[in-house]
Amino acid sequence: MTSYPKTWTRPPQIFKHRGWRIGLQIAVLVWFVLAIGSIDANWERIIAGAERGLRFVQGFLQPDFTSRWSDIRSGLIESLTMTFTSTIVGIAISIPIGIGAARNLAPRPVYYVCRSIIAVSRALQEVIVAIFFVAMFGFGPFAGFLTLTFATIGFIAKLLAEDIEDIDESQAEAIRATGASWLQLINYAVQPQVMPRLIGLSLYRFDINFRESAVIGIVGAGGIGATLNTAIDRYEYDSAGAILLIIIGIVLVAEYGSSYLRKFLQ
Amino acid sequence: MLSVENLTKTYKTGDKALSDVSFTVEKGQVVGLIGPSGAGKSSLIRCVNRLVEPTSGAIKLNGTNLVGLGAGDLRRARRRIGMIFQEYALVERLTVMENVLSGRLGYVSFWQSFSRRYPGEDVERAYRLLDRVGLIDHADKRADALSGGQRQRVGIARALSQEPELLLVDEPTASLDPKTSRQIMRLLIEICQERDLPAIVNIHDVPLAQQFMQRIIGLRAGAVVFDGTPDQLTEDVLTTIYGAEDWTQMRNGAQEDAQADREAARQISRLGV
Repeated sequence: MTSYPKTWTRPPQIFKHRGWRIGLQIAVLVWFVLAIGSIDANWERIIAGAERGLRFVQGFLQPDFTSRWSDIRSGLIESLTMTFTSTIVGIAISIPIGIGAARNLAPRPVYYVCRSIIAVSRALQEVIVAIFFVAMFGFGPFAGFLTLTFATIGFIAKLLAEDIEDIDESQAEAIRATGASWLQLINYAVQPQVMPRLIGLSLYRFDINFRESAVIGIVGAGGIGATLNTAIDRYEYDSAGAILLIIIGIVLVAEYGSSYLRKFLQ
Repeated sequence: MLSVENLTKTYKTGDKALSDVSFTVEKGQVVGLIGPSGAGKSSLIRCVNRLVEPTSGAIKLNGTNLVGLGAGDLRRARRRIGMIFQEYALVERLTVMENVLSGRLGYVSFWQSFSRRYPGEDVERAYRLLDRVGLIDHADKRADALSGGQRQRVGIARALSQEPELLLVDEPTASLDPKTSRQIMRLLIEICQERDLPAIVNIHDVPLAQQFMQRIIGLRAGAVVFDGTPDQLTEDVLTTIYGAEDWTQMRNGAQEDAQADREAARQISRLGV
C-alpha cells in the first residue's frame, strides 16, 4: 500500500525560481523607500495645509449661495448649455463614425479611418484638449463645447461600433435577402437592434459631459468650473462650497434620472 | 423555373461546400433538400440568392443568370426570391407589420421605407397576408412578443410580400415542436400550390420531408447523390446519403422517439388526464 503525503503547498505560479521571487520583492521595496524619500514630505507644510483645509471644510459646512449667486447662476447655465449642445452634436457626429467603425458593415479602408478618429479622440484627455482649444479660440464656453464634443465622439462611436458588431447577423441576412439597399439594411436590421443601447449611452454621456464641464472650466473653458476656480482664487471658500454642493446635486439628479430612463427603455 | 447548372462553391478556407451541382425546379414544384449537416444544403440555397457568392456555375431564374449580376441588378433579382429562415430571423424589435412590409424594401425608395409610408397596395397586401397566415390581430405587436410558430408565420408573410417567383426555405421547422412543424409545413405547401410557386426546402427531418415534399434531392459532401420522388427514397438511398452508421442511428432515434411518445400517451390515458 502506497502512503500519500500529509502536507501540500501551492506551487509558485509566475516565477518558478526562489531567487527571482525574493529579489523582486526586495527591489520593489528599495525603489519604494527611495521614491518616497524624494517626494519631500514636509511636516510644516502639512500642518499649514491642514489649517487651510479646515477653513475650506468650514466654508463647505456654511455654504454661501447668495453673495455670488449671479456668477454661480450664469456659470451653471453656461455649463448646462455646453453639456446639452456638445452631447447632441457629439452624438450626431458619432453615429456615422460608429457605423464606419463596425467591421461587419464598413469596407476595410473606411473602417481604418473611423477607428483612427476614435483612437485619437480617446487618447487625448479632456483637460489637455481643453487647454489646446482655449489656446486656439480663447477663454469661454466655445472652447468647452468643442472639447466635450470631441470627447463624446470617441466614447459614443467606439461603444456604438462594438454594439453593431455584436448584432444578430441572421436578422441582417434576412433584410439583405429581400433586396434591401445598404441604407435600408441599416435602418431595418441594425437600428432596431442597437437603439436601446445608443439611447442609454447618450444619457450616460450627458452626465459625464456635465461633470467634465466643471473640470475643464478650471483651465479656462467656461462654465461652472470657471466660477469655482474664481471663488477659490479669491479665498471665498463658502461660495466654493456652495458651487460644489450644486455640482454634486446636479450630478446625482442626472445619474438617477438617466438610470431610471435607461431602465424604462429596456 | 429555376435551373442550377454545374454550381461549385469553395470557401476561402479551402472547404469545398458544393461540387458540380445541377438540377432544375419547375413552376409550382416543392423540392426538399436533405443530407447530413455539412453536406452543403445551406450553402446551396444561399448561393441561389447570392448571400453566399458561388465560385463557378450558373443559376438561372426564369431566364436571368443570377451569377455575375452587379449590385443594383442583384438587388432587383433578390426581391423576386423570397427566403424563409431557420429561427425565423425576424427583426425582433420591429412590429409584425414592419417585418411583413420589410419584404417590400427592394421595391420602395429609402425615404418611403424610412418614414414607414409604404404605397397603399403594399399595406393592403401585408394585411391580406397576415390574415392568410392567421395573424391579422397581431399586426401591431412587436415580433418578439410572438410564439415560435407565430414568428415563422410572420417569416412566411414577409417572404410572400415580395411577390416572389421562387421561395428558398432554410430549415423552417428546426426550432419548432412536432405539431407546429407539421402546421407550418402544411401552410407552406398550400401557399406554394395556391400561387404556383416553386420552392427549395432544406430539411433535416426525413419523415417530414417524405410526408410533404413532391420531390427530394439528397446531398452528400456537396454533390447530388439522389434526385427523385419520396417513394424512391429507400433505405439503401438513405444509407448512401447519410452513411450507414448515421442513418441507422437516425432511424433508431426516430423509432425510439415514436415509442416514447406512444408510451407517454398510454400513461396519460391510463391516468385519465
